[in-house]
Amino acid sequence: MTEPVIRVVDLGKSYETAAGLFPALKGVNLEIRPGEFIAIMGPSGSGKSTFMNLLGCLDTPSMGDYFLAGENVAHMDKDALAILRNRTLGFVFQGFNLLPRMTLQDNVALPLVYAGLDKKERRAKAREMLAKVGLGQYAESLPSRISGGQQQRVAIARALVNEPRLILADEPTGNLDSHTSEEIMRLFDELNGEGITIVLVTHEPDIAAHAGRQVKFLDGQIVSDQATPTREAVPAC
Amino acid sequence: MLKAMLGEAWLAMGANRLRTALTMLGMVIGVGAVVIMMAIGQGAQYAVQQTISTMGSNLYIVLSGSFTTAGVRSGSAGGPTLTVADAEAIAELDGVTNVAPTHQGTRQLVYGSQNWSSTVVGTTPSYLEARSWSIVNGAGFGDSDVRSSTRVAIIGKTVAENLFGGDDPVGKTMRIQQNPFIVIGVLGSKGQNLDGRDQDDTVIIPLTTAQRKVFGTPFLGSVRMIMVQAESAEAMPRVETDMTALLRQRHRLREGLPDDFFMRNLSAAAESQAETTRTMSILLGAIASISLLVGGIGIMNIMLVSVTERTREIGIRMAIGAREQDILMQFLLEAVMISLAGCLLGLLLGIGSALLVNAITSMVIVISGSSVLVAFGVAAAVGIFFGYYPAQKAARLDPIEALRYQ
Repeated sequence: MTEPVIRVVDLGKSYETAAGLFPALKGVNLEIRPGEFIAIMGPSGSGKSTFMNLLGCLDTPSMGDYFLAGENVAHMDKDALAILRNRTLGFVFQGFNLLPRMTLQDNVALPLVYAGLDKKERRAKAREMLAKVGLGQYAESLPSRISGGQQQRVAIARALVNEPRLILADEPTGNLDSHTSEEIMRLFDELNGEGITIVLVTHEPDIAAHAGRQVKFLDGQIVSDQATPTREAVPAC
Repeated sequence: MLKAMLGEAWLAMGANRLRTALTMLGMVIGVGAVVIMMAIGQGAQYAVQQTISTMGSNLYIVLSGSFTTAGVRSGSAGGPTLTVADAEAIAELDGVTNVAPTHQGTRQLVYGSQNWSSTVVGTTPSYLEARSWSIVNGAGFGDSDVRSSTRVAIIGKTVAENLFGGDDPVGKTMRIQQNPFIVIGVLGSKGQNLDGRDQDDTVIIPLTTAQRKVFGTPFLGSVRMIMVQAESAEAMPRVETDMTALLRQRHRLREGLPDDFFMRNLSAAAESQAETTRTMSILLGAIASISLLVGGIGIMNIMLVSVTERTREIGIRMAIGAREQDILMQFLLEAVMISLAGCLLGLLLGIGSALLVNAITSMVIVISGSSVLVAFGVAAAVGIFFGYYPAQKAARLDPIEALRYQ
């Protein structure tokens, strides 16, 4: 039995509001194994964004435990979380979130700056990753020179550059047309085929269908967790 | 990492060039003002110090004072109450290195077809020593010249130029009040004294010759003035007390009678002038520093705007692993770079305008390495001080909020 990449135990998060304490996430349990491709679904307000923020170590839980690669991160301080985000996680956002002033190569290399690599290594790795997502020829271009789909590929290259244990993608196709979305999803499929673990948030069933397992949230709880029917599920354990 | 951050700070500065340039301008003007003000202030100090050093150090001037005859009081130096014998007695005191009795007045000098009015000083060879005045051409006179009242003269540079033109004055004969004098030496230049008088416009002749031939002193052996040099600044108060006691005793002044001489401490007057210029230069620097402060506030203002504008960027950086200190450093570095670049340009501006002031006004300007170093240090400190708050604000952003920021 392989050790799960992610194991959350009774994970909960409450926010202070004017009306009192609001529980956005009410004691969630979930395990994600290496190589899995999971889609997280649910309407807005279901707690899936809160859950993703916790998975991404951008926020700390109010209760419960979160084991990332075997380590309990629920009570880590900000700096330790930043290092985890840098070394263990890769983020892909809906809005691409590339830095507009930097070349694609520098954008992809940015996580390596915070990892403390020297310039030569950063360049080499960034070029390698850009080539992997099929944009090697645009290394010196600025993000504004390429299309949205291409920008998202660059964002994926940036997420991959630190060889993370896990990629967290938050509505990665939300700003793209269906054709481009399909291309991006094919890239995710490929990466998953190479053994990269992916957690993807979406509300579109077509997109979720690419994942081997679909987890549905409602009112801060998981209401269903099942293998995608149209595709052969990754064997649980 | 630092190198990468420097590169990023450079990019960020280049992203909004006009804004960066205007922010920098505040520093440029601030540093420029500090540099030029310090240059002028230090220049004034230097000029005063130069003058003081030409005057001679630790000097007293004893003037024959007022005396009262039948209720009528003469003014200062109203009568010849000092004598050469007084001077000789003062020379015996502890802590006195040079004593020069002098008698001076303005006389017309004639050489060939030229004539020139100048201050004629009759004195002893100690005078030149007390004032550390050297002879650049020819030689001085000795005590024997004073004893035998020879008609020799040492002239200042101004006299040499005005009376002799291009000729070498040494060996030439000029006339002071019909009396022929052989010029035996030319003095080195001292420039203006503290009152702005040309010290080089002078003729120095033996005391006895001056009294007999030039001024026609009624009482031989009396002098108007004695120049006294103490061996050190520390010895001056003691010399002053001793001298007063000695002169009162020699002049047989009873208890309660006023002194019949005046004593002036030349060094004290010079020191007070030096103190004035020092105060002035500090004041100038302080006023200029205010513009540096305003420049720093400009940097803080722009950095705050920049942090707000780049909130989303900060969120992205945090998401991919920037720690608080990384964000802090990035913005701090940017502020310091703007500040230092402004400082560099300000130095050029300050030095340039100092040279310009020097060229058009002949004001003495001193740009010292220390003032350049101070400007750099202050600029770096301003960058860090005024950059810290915005940088800290950036570093403390919540990554989730920052990522959501539109």
